[in-house]
Amino acid sequence: MRRSEAGWHALLLPAFLLLTVFYVTPILQVLSISFLEPEPGFGNYERIGTNLSVQRVIVTTLRICTITTVLALLLGYALSYTITLANERTRRWWLLCVLVPLWISVLVRAFAWVTLLRRQGLINQTLQGAGVITEPLELVWNEFGIIVGMVHYMVPYAVLPMLASMREIEPRLLAAARGMGASRTLVFTHVFLPLSMPGVVAAGVLVFIFSLGFYITPAILGGGKTLMVAEWISLQILDLIRWGLGTMMATLLVVTILVTLVVFSRVVNMRKLFGGGGA
Amino acid sequence: MAVAGADLAVEGGSFLTLLGPSGSGKTTILMMIAGFTEPTAGRLLLDGQDITDLPPEKRAFGMVFQGYALFPHMNVAENIGFPLRVRGLSRAARDERVRATLDLVQLTGFADRLPKQLSGGQQQRVALARALVFEPALLLLDEPLSALDKKLRAELQEELRALHRRVGRTFINVTHDQEEALSLSDEVAILNHGRIIQKGAPGALYEHPRTRFVADFLGKSNFLRGVVREVGGAALGIQCEGLRLRHSAPAARPALGEEVLLSLRPEKIALAQDGDNALEGRVVSVSYLGAGHAVVLETPLGAMRVHQPAWRAAVAPVEGDLIRMAWAADAATIVEDDDAAV
Repeated sequence: MRRSEAGWHALLLPAFLLLTVFYVTPILQVLSISFLEPEPGFGNYERIGTNLSVQRVIVTTLRICTITTVLALLLGYALSYTITLANERTRRWWLLCVLVPLWISVLVRAFAWVTLLRRQGLINQTLQGAGVITEPLELVWNEFGIIVGMVHYMVPYAVLPMLASMREIEPRLLAAARGMGASRTLVFTHVFLPLSMPGVVAAGVLVFIFSLGFYITPAILGGGKTLMVAEWISLQILDLIRWGLGTMMATLLVVTILVTLVVFSRVVNMRKLFGGGGA
Repeated sequence: MAVAGADLAVEGGSFLTLLGPSGSGKTTILMMIAGFTEPTAGRLLLDGQDITDLPPEKRAFGMVFQGYALFPHMNVAENIGFPLRVRGLSRAARDERVRATLDLVQLTGFADRLPKQLSGGQQQRVALARALVFEPALLLLDEPLSALDKKLRAELQEELRALHRRVGRTFINVTHDQEEALSLSDEVAILNHGRIIQKGAPGALYEHPRTRFVADFLGKSNFLRGVVREVGGAALGIQCEGLRLRHSAPAARPALGEEVLLSLRPEKIALAQDGDNALEGRVVSVSYLGAGHAVVLETPLGAMRVHQPAWRAAVAPVEGDLIRMAWAADAATIVEDDDAAV
């Protein structure tokens, strides 16, 4: 028994080594640089409290991520609800429409949004042509543009966990509630919504964590004016050669994500969220 | 599942069971009464008022679903209080009624449990309490006992009957379990292929099945095919294979020469005794059932089933024995042969 178990564990060794060499080691290196450069100590971390640029990027990132999460959850909930109540055929089409964007490159999608949202873009031209506005709206290269692009990217990630949890709700419960005299609205607020909450929390965590590290979408749709954490880190390391500050922020990002995961793993079943085995 | 034609009238305060095999349309009828399924034709009347177009929440009939459909995120008290909450009752009034209903179904002290912490029987009682708490005119039960084991089912059958007597409301029950239908109901409607085949009191249905399907579905039966050779007098003479059977039919008066189908209950045949009709058969198999023996005999009329009480039986049947069997002239019933339709 013991020996065969050891044999199975040995099979995990290559994967373990690969992860250690190419994943854990660089992260540890990042962690150590953040304490060692430009001089050893907690200097880089003290800037969280003192440096305005550092504070601004943290606040901006948290604000954009929160707004993105809320919007993606609202849109995703409406979509999942529609998909759950649809019949089998319609459901398949809806799912396809939700999943197709996942297969299109982030880069392509970001540029597509630029062509739609820029001053001479489709939306501004249409609105101007219709006489609704005289001056083009500032729709891109600001926070608004970033949020549009990020929400668009995140909706499928919000839909999938919510859909999974909604499909577990027994339709009989909804029928039972109506049979007892509850209107459609009451059935939704008292039965459907509370039973779908695990999916909403799971989707919220997933979207929020994903949003924190967004790089390409904010870089393109923010036009360099609105900086989020990932772009700021790349700026510090590649352009300003301030390794210490950049790695400090990277470490902060990793810690934030881990803390969020730990906190929410107490609320929802993480294994379910990330599609692990077991019920 | 489709319903072809079902005219059904239910007396207020009575216990009606819709009995049929799966796919017979019994659940569809129940769902139409509850308002979850819309009938393509026909009307539903409640005390003379047309309710065909009312949505389920406006009909407000109590319903116990298959698998109970308890809300997993609410405890027992919240589950039972839900129909009151949607009716806008105050918390105090709700608590009062919930407590009284918990007592009614003998679940006092279970108010704070979650459904998953209850046994099947307890969940069933919560479902009943939740369906009764708002005092609906009509209680609909969709296979309420099918998820329970046999012993518990028998217990809850009695409880359900007692509950029906106590609350005095109309119950409509759907089941495929003929024993449950017979023991619970004031009236049973037997369905097959979306049609009501026969409706009546359990005893009347069992003793006087109208068709072969009813006789076969409600209990067991031997079927004998014969031709009427003698009418007039107290009994008919029916020629069945080489035998002339005496049959005194209370209602049916078939014409001379007509082909008829007789349904004969296994427990109405006596072994090793004499009677109006008698023949010999060889025992093919014997099953001991505790209270009695189920015996299959090979006879000139084909294989016949006989149920004989084990206690002080005239004869202990053994496989291979040649035994004389008999039944009274009024034991059998002439039934319509609807086998072709099945």
